[in-house]
Amino acid sequence: MKGKTAKVFLANLGVDNPVFVQILGICSTLAVTNVVKNTLVMCLGLIFTTALSSWTVSVLRRWIPSRTRMMVEVMIIAGYVIVVDIVLRAFQPEVSRQLGPYVGLIITNCIVMGRAEAFALSNRPWLSLVDGAAAGVGYSYVLLLIAIVRELMGSGTVWGIRVLGAWWTNWSIMVMAPGAFFVLALFIWLIRAKVLKQPGAGKGAGQ
Amino acid sequence: MNGTWHLLTILVTAVFTSNILLTNYLGMCSFLAVSKEVKTSLGLGTAVVFVMAVTCPLNWMINAWVLEPLHLDYLRFIVFIVVIAAFVQVLEMIIERVSETLYANLGIFLPLITVNCAILGAALFMIIRKYTLAESFLYGAGSGLGWALAILAMAGIRQEKVNQSKLPRGLEGPGIALVVAGIMALAFMGFSGMGGGN
Repeated sequence: MKGKTAKVFLANLGVDNPVFVQILGICSTLAVTNVVKNTLVMCLGLIFTTALSSWTVSVLRRWIPSRTRMMVEVMIIAGYVIVVDIVLRAFQPEVSRQLGPYVGLIITNCIVMGRAEAFALSNRPWLSLVDGAAAGVGYSYVLLLIAIVRELMGSGTVWGIRVLGAWWTNWSIMVMAPGAFFVLALFIWLIRAKVLKQPGAGKGAGQ
Repeated sequence: MNGTWHLLTILVTAVFTSNILLTNYLGMCSFLAVSKEVKTSLGLGTAVVFVMAVTCPLNWMINAWVLEPLHLDYLRFIVFIVVIAAFVQVLEMIIERVSETLYANLGIFLPLITVNCAILGAALFMIIRKYTLAESFLYGAGSGLGWALAILAMAGIRQEKVNQSKLPRGLEGPGIALVVAGIMALAFMGFSGMGGGN
């Protein structure tokens, strides 16, 4: 049991990583990574949602009719996202305002739905909770890496603290849309070419 | 006259300047997965335009006339996603009954649309920006058109150029698609002189 839990957890960080292997949840990967702080808040929200919605779907899996299961899953996910949104607005109003619609868009983040469909519907609650949390963590560390690169090059800061000296000229392209695409593309390229040896490219794109 | 001009600006801005895909990154999953061929992209693009043009004003009405008077704003996410999913479901059934050819061309893309974050994203943006009903309709239609335009351009590039090119290992598939999307986003930034930015 213990070994299986660890295996499920590690798979989500590496060979089954939601971002660079399965290419899921790209919208928020690109949208919130221009500032590290917002990224971290977003990641915590996503980990909370995937873990608990996977758990809930798994607990209810015997009672969910298969024809309407997508609707049921979406409702469960939306319920948790509402909790995240309310907590964020109460304790981090500034971050909540900057993230704007992207908190609500956790609902349509394919990672959450993907884990519910692919894992939670056919596994026990505890394992589903671990799997959901692991998918969230796998997503989070990729996002944080991208965010650090973008904020460092785009504003010369990390977490709002000046890292590069006054000689640094900000690459404003990095905090804008094209920079997000390029950094993620380079990241995916690097990981696929150097770390993942099997030629699985492209097959994960079929969401 | 001024009012008409303002509405036109919203439409044009939504299509070009603040293209929902290239500046707000919404709908990336299906954008990367489906943009391999022009024909399928056209089908999905049409379906997105239609669904967005209808669900945006629909959600606006529900929000303004039902949720806000009853102080149920916190249920917005759940209500919006249910409205979108239900509308897509109904639309699929209608198309199936009415026309077989239309169903074959369009129907298969409809389930993909419920999980397309551009649809929900546009509905949420329209609330944040406090659009009126007419503005929401134009914003929804414009965003849909912008999305369709981007996926068609992408499919054209992928079908004609990318699929024939020899790429470095690891860059095939999503990698190169993201690079192309980045260059397209750069090109679309050129429109930002029009319509007064976002």
